[in-house]
Amino acid sequence: MRTVIEFRVEYLQRLDPDGNAVGELPAFARDPDEVLRMYRAMTLARAFDAKAVNLQRTGQLGTYASCLGHEATHIGIGAAMRAEDVFAPVYREVGTQLWRGVTMREILLYWGGDERGNDFSGPRADFPWCVPIATQTLHAAGAAMAFKIRREPRCAVATIGDGGTSEGAFYEALNVAGARALPVVFAVVNNGWAISVPVAAQTAARTLAQKAIAAGIPGLQVDGNDVFAVREAMSAALERARGGGGPTLVEALTYRLSDHTTADDASRYRSAREVDDARALEPLLRTRRFLEKAGRWNADRERELLAECARTIDAAVADHLAAPRPSTDAMFDHLFANLPERIREQRIAARRHAGTDGH
Amino acid sequence: MAHGWEMQHDPAVVVIGEDVGANGGVFRATQGLQQRFGAERVQDTPLAEAAIAGIAIGMAAQGLKPIAEIQFMGFLYPALDQIINHMSRLRHRTRGRLTCPIVMRMPHGGGIHAPEHHSESVETLLCHVPGLRVVSPSSPARAYGLLLAAIRDPDPVMFLEPTRLYRASRQEVPDDGRALPLDRAFVLREGADVTIVAWGAMIAETLQASAELADTGVDAEVIDLATLSPIDATTILDSVAKTGRLVIVQEAARNVGVGAEIAAIAAEDGLFDLLAPIRRVTGYDTVMPLHRLEREYIPSVRRIVDAVRGTMADPR
Repeated sequence: MRTVIEFRVEYLQRLDPDGNAVGELPAFARDPDEVLRMYRAMTLARAFDAKAVNLQRTGQLGTYASCLGHEATHIGIGAAMRAEDVFAPVYREVGTQLWRGVTMREILLYWGGDERGNDFSGPRADFPWCVPIATQTLHAAGAAMAFKIRREPRCAVATIGDGGTSEGAFYEALNVAGARALPVVFAVVNNGWAISVPVAAQTAARTLAQKAIAAGIPGLQVDGNDVFAVREAMSAALERARGGGGPTLVEALTYRLSDHTTADDASRYRSAREVDDARALEPLLRTRRFLEKAGRWNADRERELLAECARTIDAAVADHLAAPRPSTDAMFDHLFANLPERIREQRIAARRHAGTDGH
Repeated sequence: MAHGWEMQHDPAVVVIGEDVGANGGVFRATQGLQQRFGAERVQDTPLAEAAIAGIAIGMAAQGLKPIAEIQFMGFLYPALDQIINHMSRLRHRTRGRLTCPIVMRMPHGGGIHAPEHHSESVETLLCHVPGLRVVSPSSPARAYGLLLAAIRDPDPVMFLEPTRLYRASRQEVPDDGRALPLDRAFVLREGADVTIVAWGAMIAETLQASAELADTGVDAEVIDLATLSPIDATTILDSVAKTGRLVIVQEAARNVGVGAEIAAIAAEDGLFDLLAPIRRVTGYDTVMPLHRLEREYIPSVRRIVDAVRGTMADPR
C-alpha cells in the first residue's frame, strides 16, 4: 500500500488567556485603535446579551439564545468581512450582526416574536436568523455562486454550530462550494455543546475543521476566544475567496457559557466545574488584559464604557417596548408579492376576529 | 410514562433522538429513561434528522421497535426523504418481508411562545403519504394510551404531540399499560344539535366553546379525531346523521387540510343528513406568525362559537 494523501489541521492563536501576544500579530492587532474598536464591540455585545436574557426572565422577550462567551468569534468574523459581503447566520450571532449594522431594536423585535426584526435596516443583503439547522450554509453557497456568475468581488460567510456539522446540508454546502470554487467561508462556531450533546458524542472526528478535507477545501482551527486569531483567519480566508481561490472552513473553538437558550437548563447535563474552567478562558478578559498592558485601558475607562453601553442598550429597549403590537394584517403582509383573492378574504376575516383570543 | 411501561415490557423498544438522554428531551418527554434503561436503549443521536429517521428504519428492519423523537415538527423536513421514500413503504416494497414498527414523536402546533419554526401544524404533509398512520393526542391520558398503541402497532406511526399539552395539562394517568385503539375517533361530549370535530390541542378550545354554546341552548357533540390518518369516518358520519350539522376545527392552515378531507367524507357519504353547509374554523393560509400574533392565528373559542352559531342559523 502507498499513501495517496495525508492531511493536517493547524491551530491559530494570537492572544493567550493572559493577554499576551502569541507569535507575530497581524497589522490590525498592532493598531491600538482597531483593537479598542473590537473590544468595545465585544463589550457591547455582552452587555446587550445580558439585557436580552433579563428581558426574557421578566416576561418582556420570548425565548432567547444567548451569545455569552462567543464575543471574540462573533466580532472577529464581523471585522474580517466587508460591508458588501453577505452573512448567513445561525440564531446566536448577535455580535456579528451588531457589528454589521443590525440594530438592537431589530434583534429585540425578532426575539420578541415580531417578524419586523428580520427586516434589517443595515445589511440589506444579509440572510435572516436561521433556526433550522445547517440550512443556511447552502444559502451562503448560493449567494457565492451569484457573486461568481456576476464576477463581483464579494464573499458569503455562513456560521454554523458544532451540532450543525452533523446535518447533511452542511456536507452538501461544503461539497458544492469546493466543486465550484465558490467565494464562501464557513465559520464553524464550536462552542462544545449542541444543547445537551457534547462534540465528542456528535462525531468521532478529532476536529470539525477536518470535515473540509473530504470536500477538497482547506480547513483550520482557531482559538475562538481570541478575537485576533478569528479575524486573522477569517480575513485570510476571505481574501483567498475574493481572489478566486475558493472556500475555506474556519473552526473557532469557543464555549457556550450560557444555557442553550432561555428555555434550557444546562445544569441538567454538564458540570459547574466545566463551565467555571471555561469562564477562565473567556474572550473579553484577555483582550482587556492586552489593552491594559499596552497602556490603553484601565478601570475608569472600563466603567465609562459599561455606562455608555448601558445607555445605548436602555434606549434601544425603551424603543422596543414602546413598539405597538403588529396588526393581524402582518400575518398576510409579504406572504406573496400579490396576495391571492382567497387569502385576501382570510385577511379580512382575521381583522374581524382580531383580539378574540383572550390574550 | 408510556415509554417506560413499554420498554419495561418489551426489550425490542428503543428510544433515539436529539437530547433525549441526559436531558430527557427538550419537553422532558423521555425524562429518566436513560438512567433506567441505559445509554444503548435510550440514545442521543447526532444533530441530524435524516439520520434519525434512516437509522430507525435500519433498526426496525432488524426487529427493534424504535421510538424516534424529532425535536420540533419544524425540524422534520430533512427526515421526510427517509419517511416518505422508505419508512412508509418498506413493507409494501418487500411484500411484507421487512417492516417499520416505528413511532416518530414530535411536538406539534403553537401557543407556547416558542421561536420561529417551532409552532407549525403540518400534519397534512404526513396524512397525504400512503402507508403512514398519523395520531395526535388531546390530553395526557390519551397521549399515554395512544402512544402505547402506536408503539405496539406493526407499522410506522407519526405521533404529533401538541406543545400546549406539555405546558397546560395536568392530569393523573394510571400507568397500567392499557392502550387506546388507533384508527378510532372518540366522542368526548354527546350532543344533538351540531357535530364539532377537532383534534390535538384544539380540543381544549372546542370543549370550552361547546360549554359556552350549551349555556345558550346549543347542544354540541364533540369528536376527538385522535387518528388523523386514516380517518374514522364511521364515527363522524354516525354523529352527523344524528345532528345534521358539522363544524371542523383545526389549528393548521386551511388549504388542503385534514378538515377538508373530513368535509369531503361528509359530502360524499353524509350529504343527505346535512341540514346546513359544513363550516371549518382553521388557521389562516399564511406562515405561522412569530409569537406576538400566534394567538390571532390559532382558532379562538370565540371563532368556534361564532361558526357554530352560524351553522345553527343556516336555513334548512
